[in-house]
Amino acid sequence: MVRVQEGDFDIGAELAALRREQPQIGALASFVGLVREVNEGSGVAEMTLEHYPGMTEKALAAIVSEAGRRWDLIDALVIHRVGRLLPSDQIVLVAVASAHRGAAFAACEFIIDYLKTRAPFWKRELTPAGARWVDARAADDEAAERWQG
Amino acid sequence: MMLKILYFASVRERLGRASEELALPLAVADIAGLIRWLAERGGAWESLATVRNLRYAVNQEMARLETPIRAGDEVAFFPPVTGG
Repeated sequence: MVRVQEGDFDIGAELAALRREQPQIGALASFVGLVREVNEGSGVAEMTLEHYPGMTEKALAAIVSEAGRRWDLIDALVIHRVGRLLPSDQIVLVAVASAHRGAAFAACEFIIDYLKTRAPFWKRELTPAGARWVDARAADDEAAERWQG
Repeated sequence: MMLKILYFASVRERLGRASEELALPLAVADIAGLIRWLAERGGAWESLATVRNLRYAVNQEMARLETPIRAGDEVAFFPPVTGG
């Protein structure tokens, strides 16, 4: 399941809902991305996340489907926030449930790596020097490319 | 040929426009042709043809310069994504 929302999420409640009445789950891996107070050497007072409604949900669903083709997964959840966020705020949750930890760990990392290079979100930071769009990082492309081939 | 075009993030800011509906000549057959056609507006629009790393989608799927466009399509232009 994928969700794009302005509001915050409760990790405990989300993980509990994901594994509810699914006793075949033996491993639940999760990743939470947060707003850092410093980026590229500048303080970040706040961040605004823009997205492409419609394409965002399709792209996230496609990434989760691809993870399901590569690993034996029981369930997966991606929640990504949009709008105005402050340092330490939660941005994204990826949670993956499987019978054993290997698939859960790998699929969780795969989903966040692909999300960062394929889902249409854009971050705009407010720094002491003014507002700026965050540049895509080569390291993120490299992280996603590891999963190819 | 009617087309809906969306612009996001730094591309939207540079062009000063979030979306538009356009009647295009049939000779505009793909993303590369659409970029050339839009760039002919001059000013900030020329940046579509020169900016590094411009990304595009057709009907909400990532596209390439040679991806064909047809009447009724939704085309989007945006910079590399930075979510997560």
